[in-house]
Amino acid sequence: MPAPVITATDLTKTYGDFAAVDGISFEVAPGESFGLLGPNGAGKSTTMRMVGAVSTRTSGSLRILDLDPDDSGPEIRAQLGVVPQADNLDLELRARDNLLVYGRYFGIPRKVVHRRADELLAFAQLEDRAKAKVDDLSGGMKRRLTIARALINDPRILLLDEPTTGLDPQARHILWDRLFRLKEQGTTLVLTTHYMDEAEQLCDRLVVVDKGAIMAEGSPADLIRRYSSREVLEVRFGSDRNEAVAERLAGTGDRIEVLPDRVLIYSANGEAVLTRITEQGLHPLTSLVRRSSLEDVFLRLTGRSLIE
Amino acid sequence: MSVLERSGTGRQLPAGMRALYAGNARSVVARGLLATRSTNWLVVLSGFFEPVFYLLAMGFGLGGLVGAVSTSTGQDVSYGAFIAPALLAVSAMNGAVYDSTWNVFFKMNYSKLYQGMLSTSLGPLDVAFGEIGLALLRGAVYATGFLIVMQVLGLNLSFFALLALPAVMLVAFAFASFGMVITSYMKTFQQMDWINFVMLPMFLFSATFYPLSVYPEWIQVVIQALPLWHAVELMRGLTTGAVSVAMVWHVLYFVAMIAVGLVFTTRRLRVLFLD
Repeated sequence: MPAPVITATDLTKTYGDFAAVDGISFEVAPGESFGLLGPNGAGKSTTMRMVGAVSTRTSGSLRILDLDPDDSGPEIRAQLGVVPQADNLDLELRARDNLLVYGRYFGIPRKVVHRRADELLAFAQLEDRAKAKVDDLSGGMKRRLTIARALINDPRILLLDEPTTGLDPQARHILWDRLFRLKEQGTTLVLTTHYMDEAEQLCDRLVVVDKGAIMAEGSPADLIRRYSSREVLEVRFGSDRNEAVAERLAGTGDRIEVLPDRVLIYSANGEAVLTRITEQGLHPLTSLVRRSSLEDVFLRLTGRSLIE
Repeated sequence: MSVLERSGTGRQLPAGMRALYAGNARSVVARGLLATRSTNWLVVLSGFFEPVFYLLAMGFGLGGLVGAVSTSTGQDVSYGAFIAPALLAVSAMNGAVYDSTWNVFFKMNYSKLYQGMLSTSLGPLDVAFGEIGLALLRGAVYATGFLIVMQVLGLNLSFFALLALPAVMLVAFAFASFGMVITSYMKTFQQMDWINFVMLPMFLFSATFYPLSVYPEWIQVVIQALPLWHAVELMRGLTTGAVSVAMVWHVLYFVAMIAVGLVFTTRRLRVLFLD
């Protein structure tokens, strides 16, 4: 196995008494697409900032591209692409100028920057918006421009903090398609998300993070296999009855989770469970059989939903 | 990876320094120049006209009543020639302070510009130098314009007036580096108003419109501790031709101000963006 591009060991970041990141360890291999999945406030962004060499760790060790960010921040940043959670494009500059100016911050020669800017505008499907003011771009376009900007220095690792939060479904799919292409080209991606579908689409491997600690690690399929059943039956009896009915459902599946608005029954065969329930004389208002997802893994590990 | 090898971080600087300074402040200046294209040119022009209006209103309007004034070196000059160098110093101060406070405050807190810059290989000192450099460029344009107006009105009494231009740069550099430090501690727009609260009295009382000798001794000492007084005396010495070795003290005052300002600006940018 090639040497990892990121190695974090017992990485910790505290603010006063509060441990935002509480001793997490992980490795990222070159070309891998690695995800940090967790709810808001889990410590994902703090971890990303430390990996991005813009935040110093409180304790533990961190190597990025075989360098210590405490000693070699600028060298590391020169080889990273960063897509922050909130777009921080330069609003006083036009779309293409954003790429040119950003490239110059890295000290990349003018000629090279001009060529790369055109390539990246094409990659981000923004060629016809090269002269547009940033404010006139849609949310999805801004996001793609931010990704294009992050690629201007031909980074060895691309860090994406919640890349599609706040985008409409269509814009998300366009973005995923672009990121998937990068992945195919061998770019190492590290992304945080609280969307399980995003993690399933983009990540080869991920860690589930909650309250600053890693709860589980593996590929999406692997995690689902380990922590959930193949299928899930979702039944609703009405918010005031779910709790009461849940007791009578015990034993119908491998495991039961009662949420405020619905009951989840985990089993290899959801349809069969549904048949059994109706035979018991229980008639849910609605029922749905679906495949297990990372959402279920998270629920199992933390007892809470990812998006509340 | 030929692109990366040429990145601005690989210069021969000691390791500690490399984390702060990539030697690429010019890219920050270039960004600023490109961004000026989208600024409101009326605002830019007003920066030039403000001291000119003061000069015309006070220098000629009030000057007709005042007659000649004695400078600190005992030279009798027309009122216009007395206040013109002071207004030059004030405009150097105002321009530098405006650029390094309000503009920087907005970029720090709202547009997240520095956050973006500091996630590249730029260090905090590149950002500081770049932003100050930009303020100086603008200051140089204003000062040149004002010196031309002074020349046309016959208020430059000596060839030393040419040295007022580099002197303006020095003064502006000092105010800009200090302005950035102060701004880095500001959290709200209300706090920013305090800056005006300091600037206005400094503008009015730093021997700008009348000689320092009108004050009682102890007030004179207070005024002489303030940076604008040093700037006014320096400019006045140059444009009236009363050049002396003692002016070195004014220069040293600003050199010290620059040094302190830069050290703290770098430290603050580091705390704010690279902690």
